[in-house]
Amino acid sequence: MMKLHALAHARSGDKGDICNIAVIAYEIATYPAIASHLTAERVRQHFAATVSGPVERYELPHLGALNFVLHGALAGGVNRSLALDTHGKCYAALLLDIELPESSRVP
Amino acid sequence: MSARESLRIGTGAGFSGDRIEPAIVLAERGDVDFLVFECLAERTIALAQLERLKDPARGFDPRLEERMEALLAICRRQGIRIITNSGAANPLAGARAIAAIARRLGLRGMKVAAVTGDDVLGHLREHAETYKREYPELAAIEDRIISANAYLGAEPIVTALDGGADIVITGRVADPALFLAPLVHTFRWSMTDWPLMGKGILVGHLMECAGQLTGGYFADPPLCTVPDIADLGFPIAEVSASGEVVFTKAPRTGGFLSIATCTQQLLYEVHDPREYVTPDVVADFSAVRFFEIGPNRVGAEGASGRRHPDKLKVVAAYLDGYIGEGQLSYAGPNALARAQLALDIVRERLRRAGMSDHELRCELIGINSVVQTADLTSSSDPRELRIRVAGRARTARDAARIGDEVEALYTNGPAGGGGATKAVREVIALLPMLIPRDSANPRITVEET
Repeated sequence: MMKLHALAHARSGDKGDICNIAVIAYEIATYPAIASHLTAERVRQHFAATVSGPVERYELPHLGALNFVLHGALAGGVNRSLALDTHGKCYAALLLDIELPESSRVP
Repeated sequence: MSARESLRIGTGAGFSGDRIEPAIVLAERGDVDFLVFECLAERTIALAQLERLKDPARGFDPRLEERMEALLAICRRQGIRIITNSGAANPLAGARAIAAIARRLGLRGMKVAAVTGDDVLGHLREHAETYKREYPELAAIEDRIISANAYLGAEPIVTALDGGADIVITGRVADPALFLAPLVHTFRWSMTDWPLMGKGILVGHLMECAGQLTGGYFADPPLCTVPDIADLGFPIAEVSASGEVVFTKAPRTGGFLSIATCTQQLLYEVHDPREYVTPDVVADFSAVRFFEIGPNRVGAEGASGRRHPDKLKVVAAYLDGYIGEGQLSYAGPNALARAQLALDIVRERLRRAGMSDHELRCELIGINSVVQTADLTSSSDPRELRIRVAGRARTARDAARIGDEVEALYTNGPAGGGGATKAVREVIALLPMLIPRDSANPRITVEET
């Protein structure tokens, strides 16, 4: 197994109680493997402890990118949250912790 | 005014606390026509409104004067026009403050235009019954609302620029509209040409976070390296009259632009890329492509747009109690056990004081304050860690109790705790709403120096 971190970079943003995480392949050839393993459900489970709502996934294959939208992710939003990282800015890096099969690398 | 073929816009700030030096570099050698300073976050206006209630001459961004001191003279010399939303809750006072600085620096004949009309609190109160039917939550928070501001679009800024303003200072405006406005003004774009408006919003969206486009918030060495980050240059957008754009930065600055940095910013705070809603247009970023033209020059194409929404987004801010917190560090052998004991003690003392568990967060910084599923048994033997207790309370006094209990561990807790900190903050919660477009009435007021 390998970590998504080796294949992609990511950034998270916040809007109210919603966090979005963009995951972008370093090399576009790895996008199909990433997209097949990194489903919305996989992401939802990864964040199950902190995300209470649904997770949507948008695909931008021409950019090698996936955009995940996590609802109920920020304990009420940046103003009300008791969390240290109220914006969820660390979430992108946490997502890169996800494990993928070694075969996901460019052959 | 002669017909312009292209325009260069620089981002002078991507948020209220952003660095000032890179804006000075842009003014000195960025060869830009406009500098845009984006300085408002979601709750910034509410904080500014509280300040305005205390002092009617304040209520604009606290760093506005410092920025203008550093930049006014050089922008005047270079013929650079400034657009900023630093007006926050008091654009009129902000304009007067800028004019005062300009006069003191001997910069005469400048026009500073304030855009107001985003403040719709009066409108909400006037139609309270209607809005309470649409937003039932409004009834409970009515007495605690401190501000309500609509996100205006580019039009009033365009009008101010058309009137010859050297500096335009606004309250709440959609961030990308700050960049769309100089494009519309310069190229006389039709604001109902939706695909063209979409292209303009793409420019604004990529530019609005300053350093995030040029290699800021990007480095992850050794996988992902960024040169000379300490000297990170802010971005420049070169836009043509037909809406084509190349992103770049000033020469001899740190950082870099690439397809990767631009793609990260493209999707920042975006949900469905086909529907990026702004007051001026619903932009469609789903077909955007980037291409590298040369070192630190990245072009973008493929943005489009659809008709602007019928309603304007409004954010109403209201007081919602307090959050108190305390932190304390433990180090050396057995630090984890002492830290966990400390949390148990504080939790029990606060429970006895009537603070229920679900309003309280007890965590270990360095172990599980961000990664909430961290398995403590596998953390082995951290040489140092920091406890954090945070909780919600209705009064400032009760909120302060939390930090007090953490600090009291010095003489009433486990061995060796050090470096206690505590804090209380007032919670300003936000209620997003929609109002009819014509409920906001933008006005322009000009100060001349």
